[in-house]
Amino acid sequence: MKTVMKMKQRLGAYLFFVPCLTIFALFLFYPFAKTIYLSLYKTDKLGQAKLFVGLGNYAELFTSESFFHSLLVTFIFVAIVVSVSMLLGLITALLVNKNFPGIRVFSTAYALPMAIASSAAALIFEIMLDPTIGIIDKVLGTDINWLHDERYALVCVALLTAWLNSGINYLYFSAGLANIDEAIYERASVDGANEWQKFTRLTLPGLSPILFYTVVVNIILAFQSFGQVKILTEGGPGESTNLIVYSIYRDAFFNFRFGGAAAQSVVLFTMIMILTLIMFKLEKRGVKY
Amino acid sequence: MDIQLEPQAAGRMSGEELKKLHERMKKREKSRRLRKLGARFGVNLIVSVLVILPLLYALSIAFMPSGELFSMEMNLLPKAPTVDNFVQAFAKIPLFRFILNSFLVAGCITIGQIISCSLAAFALSFLDFKGKNVIFMLIMATMMVPGEATIISNYLTVSGWGWLNTYKVLIIPYMTSAMGIFLFRQFYLTFPKSLYEAAKIDGCPNLVFIIKILIPLTKSAIGAMAVYTFINAYNMYMWPLLVTGTEEMRTVQIGISMLNSVDSQSITMVIAGVVMVILPSLLVFILGQKQLIRGMFSGAVKG
Repeated sequence: MKTVMKMKQRLGAYLFFVPCLTIFALFLFYPFAKTIYLSLYKTDKLGQAKLFVGLGNYAELFTSESFFHSLLVTFIFVAIVVSVSMLLGLITALLVNKNFPGIRVFSTAYALPMAIASSAAALIFEIMLDPTIGIIDKVLGTDINWLHDERYALVCVALLTAWLNSGINYLYFSAGLANIDEAIYERASVDGANEWQKFTRLTLPGLSPILFYTVVVNIILAFQSFGQVKILTEGGPGESTNLIVYSIYRDAFFNFRFGGAAAQSVVLFTMIMILTLIMFKLEKRGVKY
Repeated sequence: MDIQLEPQAAGRMSGEELKKLHERMKKREKSRRLRKLGARFGVNLIVSVLVILPLLYALSIAFMPSGELFSMEMNLLPKAPTVDNFVQAFAKIPLFRFILNSFLVAGCITIGQIISCSLAAFALSFLDFKGKNVIFMLIMATMMVPGEATIISNYLTVSGWGWLNTYKVLIIPYMTSAMGIFLFRQFYLTFPKSLYEAAKIDGCPNLVFIIKILIPLTKSAIGAMAVYTFINAYNMYMWPLLVTGTEEMRTVQIGISMLNSVDSQSITMVIAGVVMVILPSLLVFILGQKQLIRGMFSGAVKG
């Protein structure tokens, strides 16, 4: 009798996972497996696997200049986005670290970009960067067609993305700063430490536990940028903003090369997985908690 | 400072002089502090205006007559402000429909995530069963798979099911999240197990325990997740772009960006639309900000 009750209880426990695991299974695990499967095939226009090519799609990718260019562009983009948006988040968090009148308004302003959609932001930046009516050219006194110039388009899209992501970084850093004990600053002041020393010796090490987490989240977030590319540059000019997610989208939905796009998806997944694992390893070795 | 440096001088001072000096130092300290405060305020003012400058500029354009925008002069602020752009935007773009769609989708996703995540987090924190760690790892591993990497297969799957251009295709795939489960679990683990055991002895079924005890106790985590999920769902772009085809089904972000290609004379109207579209997410964010920060960081980051 007792064992039957226990069995029932145990089965009951699994029921709590039915909603989440069903959704994960249908929209994450299954498509994940299907993506790998598709990446081994040539497909027809409807995305049906037609011809098994083994690693053919991958071989094509790794001999294609366009794919390496897309990877390079993605790395540059991620580097700009992560460094600029984390720096902006850190500076703004430091600015409101001490209490003063009006602090709530400022802290709302610093976190605000996280509430803005990439598409809405892209439409605003498009006007700002316009060569004839744009405010940026007017203020700088330049005559640059920012989004249609290979030299600037990527940087512009990256800075827009950095701005969008800075809000959540502000929140992460604020939380990190709040966790640092005030008393160590007072002690350092008594010992005659200046502000810069306090920042490098106390604040930065104090932030190290969340720094690791923030870097990972930022890299992953930056990799996933899509809306702003689609609206502002569509991968161009030349292929200068053809980030990997946009490249996947274009291959699948414009060129109908679902197999190749699936192979790129697998590469994207692998990169993010490796990044996450490396960070975990570094974290175990380097960061003190 | 002076007093410490010249102890003999201080010794020679009369009591009154000393008092005066003290007063003066206090005043100086006060003005120094005020200056520091002023500087802090000033720097913050400049930086915060810079951060929200694109929004302020969009607001300004939204009130600008179309003709004013097309000039070579510096035109930061509208000279003859007008609400015409907003009127036009509502008349020419099905903005209401877009916003309604987005609210419906984001609302359902938020509620769905709260339910599915609290159920899973409850079992992970309070129940003992075989394979608990495996299930937990499986859920956490989903965080490593970016949605963009599975989006093609997902698209092919749902189009095979004939789900394209429906509300369910916008909602159901997003009804759960590993981050939400993790966040709730972190919160639940701070409660003593005796809380659950006591309820169990009183004959309280699991579901009742979740609804009557856990959910009221974790309002801040739920609030945080609701704000975060709602904003992200409202701002979603890639998935709705792929799976919606007709104007009636479009969410705001897709609807508004489709207008991008219309003639340049209506730029001010489009920006007025953009302002209307941003407004709800900003409102949700500003109202829920406190919740968001308190809930997200009291549990998650401290770990």
